Amino acid sequence: MKAYRGRPGIFDREHQENKRADLEVVDLSLNFGGVMALSNITMSVGTGDLFALIGPNGAGKTSLLNCITGYYRPQKGAIYFNGEDITHVPTHHLIKRGIGRTFQNIELFPGMTVLSNMLLARHIHCRYGFGLASLFSPSVRDEEVRHRRILEELIDFLEIQPIRHQLVGSLPYGLRKRVELGRALALEPKILILDEPFAGMTLEEKEDMVRFLIELNEGWGQTMVLVEHDMSIVMAISSKIMVLNFGEKLAEGAPEEIQNNPDVTKAYLGDDTPL
Amino acid sequence: MRKLQFHPCGNYSETYEKEITLFETDFGRAAVLIGLIVLFAVVPFITGPYALYVVNIIGITSIAAIGLNILVGFTGQISLGHGAFVGVGAYAGAIMATTLSLPFWIAVPAAGLVTALVGMVFGVPSLRLKGLYLTIATLAGQFIIEYILVHWEGLTRGTMGIVLPSASLFGIVIEGDRSFFFVIFTALIIMTLAAANIMRTRYGRAFIAIRDNDRAAEGMGIPIFRYKLLAFAVSSFYAGFAGALLAYYMISISTEPFNLGLSVEYLAMIIIGGMGSIAGSIFGATFITVLNEVLRWLTDFLMNSGMLEGMQLNMAPLRELVFGAAIVLFILFEPRGLAEVWRIVRSSFRLWPFSY
Repeated sequence: MKAYRGRPGIFDREHQENKRADLEVVDLSLNFGGVMALSNITMSVGTGDLFALIGPNGAGKTSLLNCITGYYRPQKGAIYFNGEDITHVPTHHLIKRGIGRTFQNIELFPGMTVLSNMLLARHIHCRYGFGLASLFSPSVRDEEVRHRRILEELIDFLEIQPIRHQLVGSLPYGLRKRVELGRALALEPKILILDEPFAGMTLEEKEDMVRFLIELNEGWGQTMVLVEHDMSIVMAISSKIMVLNFGEKLAEGAPEEIQNNPDVTKAYLGDDTPL
Repeated sequence: MRKLQFHPCGNYSETYEKEITLFETDFGRAAVLIGLIVLFAVVPFITGPYALYVVNIIGITSIAAIGLNILVGFTGQISLGHGAFVGVGAYAGAIMATTLSLPFWIAVPAAGLVTALVGMVFGVPSLRLKGLYLTIATLAGQFIIEYILVHWEGLTRGTMGIVLPSASLFGIVIEGDRSFFFVIFTALIIMTLAAANIMRTRYGRAFIAIRDNDRAAEGMGIPIFRYKLLAFAVSSFYAGFAGALLAYYMISISTEPFNLGLSVEYLAMIIIGGMGSIAGSIFGATFITVLNEVLRWLTDFLMNSGMLEGMQLNMAPLRELVFGAAIVLFILFEPRGLAEVWRIVRSSFRLWPFSY
């Protein structure tokens, strides 16, 4: 067996087509009763982008992500992924098409080990049927072992070897975030959607996380959409930023443009001092 | 030769294959093998007819309890209709044996399949209902099925019941407790293995994910509703299979036993045995069946012995009383059931005799 040298096989997509991730959101509106959560949002994420979504609390960032990942149904507008209309596609189909995400409040399974959590993400990549599974035929066993091997590469990549057999419920918050990133990566998403991956982390944990995200994005061409409040991180790593405020798009552009945008400054600080 | 392993005091797996084996150690494998040899070579030959009858009922009940545990313990969909599904299986088996005159080896699995279909129909409410609300929907299923079994006289002969022809397998007629013992326990072992296998593949993982957090399960690409229906189907298949075996074993069946009481009894089995544990289902089925027999005997004894002058009638509900107390005590003191007790006993041997 070839020694593992820190190059997870699942990131190394053979065909460029497997990396393609063009997300288009056109004129999207979402309201809950009378509350306008999103109004006429248009955004576009291209392959290889590290797209950051920022805005004050309640701006509609998570609502937008929930629309993209099929948890919410927008009343108006459309979402296209690689040219296909996915506005009304259920979540579990979106996962198969390559949209993986993590959650703001960490939706891991606390009663399972880190490894079992990540194995769940391999569900869509398991090929065997129910009959063979009940017999646990050699082919099923080989496939389970293959997935286990893939996960071990991911575990190495994320440096969580010591905790792989620990229950997620017993882990500190920062590590849980990392495990959730690992689980999302195990889905082999074409576009990875991260809802506040740095929230509640210590500086050191944030630095680790930034390292992983940069390596994923620049080293492996992983397309990402990221919601984050830590401006120093957002400005440093993202290639494109969109600002939301009260469900409306305030600005979109490169980090420097956003930094110097008076509307954004006003929304965040209320006056004209630069960020 | 490979080094044989007793209980290790840590995780010493060297290959990924070893991590997913059913038996962690060679010791466990040998223990199960010895247990099976004792079960098949000794038990049926030393027990009297009554004891063998109880053992057989334990076997049949275990199959149905494993089914319920897949639905309730693993997938988290609480069902109060399992007794009725066993009834559907019994009637499906009986009708196939009499009206369609199918052979035993087809009738029993086919009854399981029919019940799986019925179970899926009654699992449809799980699309919208969760928790207690789904439980009430399955309770409705229990009453609907019971009503149909009694009133669709053209098919089920209503309250008259059905008398089955004797079963035969590969040309050998299966009659009497001893030959049924071998059939029932072979079936139990196959069904147990299948359940254990399902639980260590993606299907079992999906079931557990739906139980623990269905929102996140959806986010892992698991189609929730399809898997809930699958859980209902698998669970009902086990119930139907057990029901058909029961019908053949009892020779004649009627609708009375498949009431709500039976459904509750099955739930009690998996609570006492251990939710989310295959072995626990068998422990629970054994516990409840034995408790039932002991209490029946005790009630008879107390009511007729004349020891308690004038209080005999007060002894009649003894069975229900002890039954309820057993469930309450288990929930209080060992909520994870007999399976957990068994695990504790086993792991205390892990470092034996140097336990510190």
